[in-house]
Amino acid sequence: MQAAAIAQAHEHDIVLSGSWTALRLGDITSQATVISLPSKAAAVADASAIEALDTTGAWLLQKLLLRLQHNGSTISLRGLRPEFTRLMDAVTAQMGAQSAATHGADARPFPRLTHIGQHALNAIGQGIALLGFIGETTLAMAGCLRHPRRLRWRPVLYNIRSAGFDALPIVGVLSFLLGVVVAYQGSAQLRQYGANIFVADLVGLSMLREFAPLITAIIIAGRSGSAYAAQIGTMAVTEEIDAMRTLGLVPQEVLVLPKLIALVIALPLLTVFSDILGVWGGMLMASTQLEVGFAEFIDRLTKTVSISSYLVGIGKAPIFALIIACIGCFQGFRTKGGADSVGQQTTRSVVQSIFLVIVADALLSIAFSALDL
Amino acid sequence: MNGMRRADDIVISMKGVSTRFGEQVVHDQINLEIRRAEVFALIGGSGSGKSTLLREMIMLQQPNAGSISVLGVDLARISDEAALALRRRWGVLFQHGGLFGSLTVSENIGLPLREHSRLASPLIDELAAAKIAMVGLKPNVGAQFPSELSGGMLKRASLARALALDPELLFLDEPTAGLDPLSADGVDELVLQLRDLLGLTVVMITHDLDLLWQVADRVAVLAAGKVQGIGSMRELSEMDNPAIRQFFDGPRGRSAAQQQSISKSRGEHLKNKEGSQQEPRRINQIGDI
Repeated sequence: MQAAAIAQAHEHDIVLSGSWTALRLGDITSQATVISLPSKAAAVADASAIEALDTTGAWLLQKLLLRLQHNGSTISLRGLRPEFTRLMDAVTAQMGAQSAATHGADARPFPRLTHIGQHALNAIGQGIALLGFIGETTLAMAGCLRHPRRLRWRPVLYNIRSAGFDALPIVGVLSFLLGVVVAYQGSAQLRQYGANIFVADLVGLSMLREFAPLITAIIIAGRSGSAYAAQIGTMAVTEEIDAMRTLGLVPQEVLVLPKLIALVIALPLLTVFSDILGVWGGMLMASTQLEVGFAEFIDRLTKTVSISSYLVGIGKAPIFALIIACIGCFQGFRTKGGADSVGQQTTRSVVQSIFLVIVADALLSIAFSALDL
Repeated sequence: MNGMRRADDIVISMKGVSTRFGEQVVHDQINLEIRRAEVFALIGGSGSGKSTLLREMIMLQQPNAGSISVLGVDLARISDEAALALRRRWGVLFQHGGLFGSLTVSENIGLPLREHSRLASPLIDELAAAKIAMVGLKPNVGAQFPSELSGGMLKRASLARALALDPELLFLDEPTAGLDPLSADGVDELVLQLRDLLGLTVVMITHDLDLLWQVADRVAVLAAGKVQGIGSMRELSEMDNPAIRQFFDGPRGRSAAQQQSISKSRGEHLKNKEGSQQEPRRINQIGDI
């Protein structure tokens, strides 16, 4: 079988040969562009050497014929094998219908503006949907408070284990390293002034107030927030959520509340754990780099770090927990379609929850400093 | 040339194909021949191994024993290159469509052309639009994602993708399952139209008795690991084998058969069938090239 070919023997004589099928067309389009006819000519295209023809080949052939006829010439196709004519006719009819259809539709005037507008509308829509979701969840929560029996304790406990207990190693290691880094970076500066003992202030305040709640929230957003989005998203795709609704179960009650409650309990506890490991890391660094012993360090720590600083740090954790659980579940519920959408929504849930956690942290810092805490 | 055509007349041949899953014997020495340009249907109860047999034909699974050759190529000793060449010569419609969720319908249909041919992108889009029209979908479906389509549209879109490279051989896994009767009728007609237009050989798995009566030229009944009977529905309806009888004796079987005789007496279907009986001869030539 030969590849498709076009030759222009004479001005009015075009010879088509080879197999005009999708896989064997080769560079036929570039061959075709060379062919041209004088205006108002009557030409003949000899198709008797075409060995095979499929839809793609017929489509290209018909396009070529139409283009050649554009300048008022006429061209007749001769010698096409009888078994190909039906396909050729079907393709010709289809092409006519399609070009008529495309002429009717025109593109929107400002594609870029349209794009920006679409994005803005999407963002607003998502914001409104998030508000709606928070409202629904609050209502479900109120319902559960009124009838405490409706709350599912088993999934709550399960979630405390999977989001809290199972995260202890990673939270511990990262907090410890963070404490080490803070003390190490501070030690060079403090040593210059001989203010070695202030390392306790540095590590204590920064870990307890800021770093411990933040690092814990970020780890949990990546670890559990994404899991929530993926789980609920997959359930949405496989119509399990719809099934739940038709069975008279409230998805918020079954899926969201246990996660929310579990995380609000687990995240402050994890933060305490992170506090301890972070300060321990700093303390180790202080004793090796700055010759500040453990007893000295702890003595200084209890004097300078007030209980309110400690509570401010832990107090942020439930707020971060609410953000992570809400965004994770919300993005899960917004999943539509297939596997691709699950991936997208999971990514979105992690990005948005980390973003919102840091924004909330900044706002809280301003609020606490205004309150002199 | 004539002699070659004769050998070419058998598109798929299976000899002594046996498949086991552990202890369970799915196929026990199955022999089958599928001829060019016929609509061949595989039927059988759930778990009778029809899907497995189909998967073996399209190289998704290997039998434990026996040989399968498709379009003259033996699947057991096939090289990677030959396998790729063979895969381009058939199209498969999966039961749940198998369309890629991250691509639009138009991109899904253009994918085989983009991967395997050297055509320009705008041309591929045009061809995809043509295929969309060919399977009876509206042009605006092309820009939609598979998740936005109804079951019937999904089947049609998936069929369009299977037809993207104008295959010689088309495998349909439950083409009408989960469709409303109207869409199912549409699929019947579509399969016949495409067969006549493109000279396709169609191999399908179905439970749809109407589809079997209206479209299939030959039907093989699979039960207990063996082919219990093979022939047109009319021929099968005269056999006594209980495994075959179940397709004719139930209320559904009877009504489907009745419908067939009604449409025959109207003469509509008779014409259709005769046309399709002659079609294979004529279309042989396309397939031969």
